[in-house]
Amino acid sequence: MTPLSRREAIRRILVASAIIGSFDGIVLSDEAKRIGFDPDLLKKEIPWPRIMTEAEKASTTALVDILLPADELGPAASAVGVPDFIDEWISAPYDSQVKDRDVIRPGLDWLDKESKRAHGGTFASLKPEQQIAVVDSILVEGSPQNKAAGKFFRLMRDRAGAGYFTTQEGWKTLGYTGNLPSPEFAGPPAEAIKHIGL
Amino acid sequence: MAFLNTSRTRAEQYDAVVVGSGAAGGMAAWALARKGAKVLMLESGRNYEPPKETPMFLSFADAPLRGAGTPEKPGGFFHANIGGWAMPDEPYVVRSKSKGNWHEAAPDNRMTTDQNFMWWRGRMLGGRTNHWGRVSLRMGPLDFKPRSTDGLGFDWPISYDDIAPWYDKVDQLVGIFGSKEGLENNPDSDYFLPAPKPRAYELLLQRAGKKLGIPVVSSRMAILTKPLNGRAACFYATSCSRGCAIGANFQSTTVLIPPALATGNLDVLTDAHVREVTVDESGKATGVHFIDKKTGREEHVSAKLVILGASSCETGRILLNSKSNRFPTGLGNSTGHLGRWLTDSTGSGLGGRIPILENIPLHNEDGVSTMHTYAPWTPTMQKAATKLGVPRGYYMAWSGGRQMPDLGSASEISGLVGNSYGSKYKQEARRYFGSFIDLHARGEMIPNEKSFMEIDPEKKDRWGVPVARFNFEWSDHEIKQAAHMQKTFAEMIEGAGGIVSKAPESDGRKAMTAGGSVNHEMGVARMSASAKDGVTNPWGQLWDCPNVMVADGAVFCSNPFKNPTISILALAWRGCEHLFDEVKKGNL
Repeated sequence: MTPLSRREAIRRILVASAIIGSFDGIVLSDEAKRIGFDPDLLKKEIPWPRIMTEAEKASTTALVDILLPADELGPAASAVGVPDFIDEWISAPYDSQVKDRDVIRPGLDWLDKESKRAHGGTFASLKPEQQIAVVDSILVEGSPQNKAAGKFFRLMRDRAGAGYFTTQEGWKTLGYTGNLPSPEFAGPPAEAIKHIGL
Repeated sequence: MAFLNTSRTRAEQYDAVVVGSGAAGGMAAWALARKGAKVLMLESGRNYEPPKETPMFLSFADAPLRGAGTPEKPGGFFHANIGGWAMPDEPYVVRSKSKGNWHEAAPDNRMTTDQNFMWWRGRMLGGRTNHWGRVSLRMGPLDFKPRSTDGLGFDWPISYDDIAPWYDKVDQLVGIFGSKEGLENNPDSDYFLPAPKPRAYELLLQRAGKKLGIPVVSSRMAILTKPLNGRAACFYATSCSRGCAIGANFQSTTVLIPPALATGNLDVLTDAHVREVTVDESGKATGVHFIDKKTGREEHVSAKLVILGASSCETGRILLNSKSNRFPTGLGNSTGHLGRWLTDSTGSGLGGRIPILENIPLHNEDGVSTMHTYAPWTPTMQKAATKLGVPRGYYMAWSGGRQMPDLGSASEISGLVGNSYGSKYKQEARRYFGSFIDLHARGEMIPNEKSFMEIDPEKKDRWGVPVARFNFEWSDHEIKQAAHMQKTFAEMIEGAGGIVSKAPESDGRKAMTAGGSVNHEMGVARMSASAKDGVTNPWGQLWDCPNVMVADGAVFCSNPFKNPTISILALAWRGCEHLFDEVKKGNL
């Protein structure tokens, strides 16, 4: 779209090189990594490379399954591809997603550090009750953990929720029963009309 | 005659060349081809085939980034548009509101942008008809005579009675659902298809309207609720913004272009970017110059008639760029009106949540994807608003309820669910799902001196064609109207038992969409009763050059709160039949 400023282009290359661990001197073509103006709408192709490390993936998987666990309302987030969606999201080259990346990656890093400090292992390696303890510590208003990771928790929940609720399994969780062809639109059923007091 | 693979295979000479393939171009091509005229349609974008390309039934999990808008796909991944707010190959120039300087437009948010104008383009066969909102409201008698009514704006040289028979014809061709309401200045149609029932939240808004004295009636949409002319009816799934593979809504690509091609009288050439209309020594148009985007070559096609339906501002740009010895400031500009009187609809919105909708018994309320009801503005409402210094009205419409979950389905509940996570969070999400509504309004802007387009003195597009530059300012009329909208939204949401997501904005400027961003840009080649007052005659023919007809929104003298598409269709059809008769009579 609009050409990147030179500064922004360099910043992104530095970010990318830090991620892949080496920078081979090839200038990354930002254009090639984008969805573009005219993608095939029937095919889901993610043109940009995923940036999450194995450690980040492990923490993300553990965390999203705490946020959205398997229960009577549906499967766990990891069973419907939510960790991969988070990776896809924070790897995207657009400003909105880069903004989230700048919260989520430091957040995941903090999560492991905090887990090691409090329980002696990475977040993914902790026992379920220890993971819950770390998450709960973030939610204590005014705690150092809250200050460090409160925003990260909210953002992860929003993005994991978006990733989850947009799947067919997530539709069931919410009670969305549409996307079915029908010969007519019947309007709200009698029990719904009654529910809203009309 | 058919789709042309290359500009080399076109005929040497056509009866008419039609620039654009959307509402105006599609209608012009069909209206002329069915009469027997040999027509060439030029479309700047690529060929587009809704039956093969529409993402019917797909979930947002089937799209990159769960369908999020991106700079290149600002309407979201599935949105049936190629183009959007900014295309690097085809820049345009706007003014920074804070700094005052000119700069190239960038993709931006229409609520927060610093740009004075945003210009949405559709570069595909069918143009913006592929994704438009399908809202089909007839302009009323007062909308054609605003100046005579209260001294503001400009009268059209035609009246509602002139266009009413053409609205009737359009309704029968296109298929519009709605209900007869008998509301003054909101004309009904004898050809409405049955309207779908209101959804639960719409029933609550209807009740709110009753309390407030605001009519909430069936919306009017170019969506089939019964089969029509060989097209299938809507099956109440998949958002119309993705287009429709079965042709159940109006798209030029499913309703106009196929039957026009079937006449055997239409050639369609895509990737053909028109630079200018050419004229001979006598000042008569001879055809158009275009660039074949596939080869980069300059081409010329000869035609007895030139019909411009490229979208208002693209049509304005082509005419302003059509400079010749005879017409040194552009074709159709001898009065200096070309490019002036640019308007857009005003827009504003406010969200809310209706607690009684929580935990409602599960049911499917996809419906036709857009609103089934809306609140039109009536002369009675205008009387009250005039006393508050708001001279023009708007309609209110909405979305909400149990729509297909999207990216917003999690963030909209974020502030309601505290720190919950796990099963508690899932239960909370289920509870709140479907309880949110978003109200928006589209209002009338009065044309003003400060809003006009011109050609940028320096910048050219990728093909060397000088680009458009926009001057645009809302006046106090529109700013006060937006504040009025905000107050009314809050009254409606609260009247429906809801809670507003934030306090209504009392400063209209802070709650308005940017100029151009509602995609109802109108004017710039207005029609007039006499040659000294405008660019075209009441049929859309240039006063300066009567074998050129403007078929799109550029001819509009007012821009009332009636989305323009069906008016463009009606005017284009009427104009083309007139033009055809003129040719038959030997008047051109």
